[in-house]
Amino acid sequence: MATALYRNPAMTQETISCEVVVGMQHGLHARPADLLAREARKWRSRIELVAKSQRVDGKSILEVLTLAAEAGTRLVVEATGPDAREAVEAIGGLFERNFNEQTSAG
Amino acid sequence: MKFSDFVAVDSLHSNVEADTKEGVIREMAQSLVDAGKIAASELESIVKAIMKREDLGSTGIGRGVAVPHTKHPSVHHLVGTVAVSHSGVNFESLDGEPVQLFFLLVSPPDRPGDHLRALENISRQLRDESFCKLLKAAKSPADIQHLLEEADGHGVVS
Repeated sequence: MATALYRNPAMTQETISCEVVVGMQHGLHARPADLLAREARKWRSRIELVAKSQRVDGKSILEVLTLAAEAGTRLVVEATGPDAREAVEAIGGLFERNFNEQTSAG
Repeated sequence: MKFSDFVAVDSLHSNVEADTKEGVIREMAQSLVDAGKIAASELESIVKAIMKREDLGSTGIGRGVAVPHTKHPSVHHLVGTVAVSHSGVNFESLDGEPVQLFFLLVSPPDRPGDHLRALENISRQLRDESFCKLLKAAKSPADIQHLLEEADGHGVVS
């Protein structure tokens, strides 16, 4: 039974990334940062957020908050691991839905 | 942004007495009133707004730290204060741990960038474990002030 847990790492270390834009009026503040880190922790892959000058662990709210990403900031979500594609899609979806907050439009 | 840009030094609390979320928030808001940073007439409204924000999800971000905050039209620039509880307070934190360090922020509604930069500063400094540990052990407001000043000095000026 235990063998089912082991896969060939070479087959599963895929890196997937996508670009997102912070659409929330108040930027990537504490509440969305919490939602993001929670979502990221559901996946086995390593998940990082890449901004112009920094790269942070998406599973840590403290790290995500250090981005101080205001409305309009472009970020890259990058996942490496066995479920990288699903993880990037899930996190990209949070940004697409603006974490269910007001948008900066208008 | 540095701590000295938003933390009111004469409002620091090294020994919070309250043992509930609302109690701590009230004690910290009161110390901002006492320091002349928020109007006494706005205290209730500010405490209520901070509690309302907590209802959306705890600002206890883990590692024994919470950042209760709100936007409030009565302030014209970001004001903040820091408090330490030696026994720890149940804050319904994300990691379930009691909270010992509190950073309370009240910001003007039209300055979301300042709020983000204050959060950035707090979270960046808190990644330093010894800073957290020393702050939790602070015995006096002066201890807290020295630690914040030290953190500011080591920070990258932006």
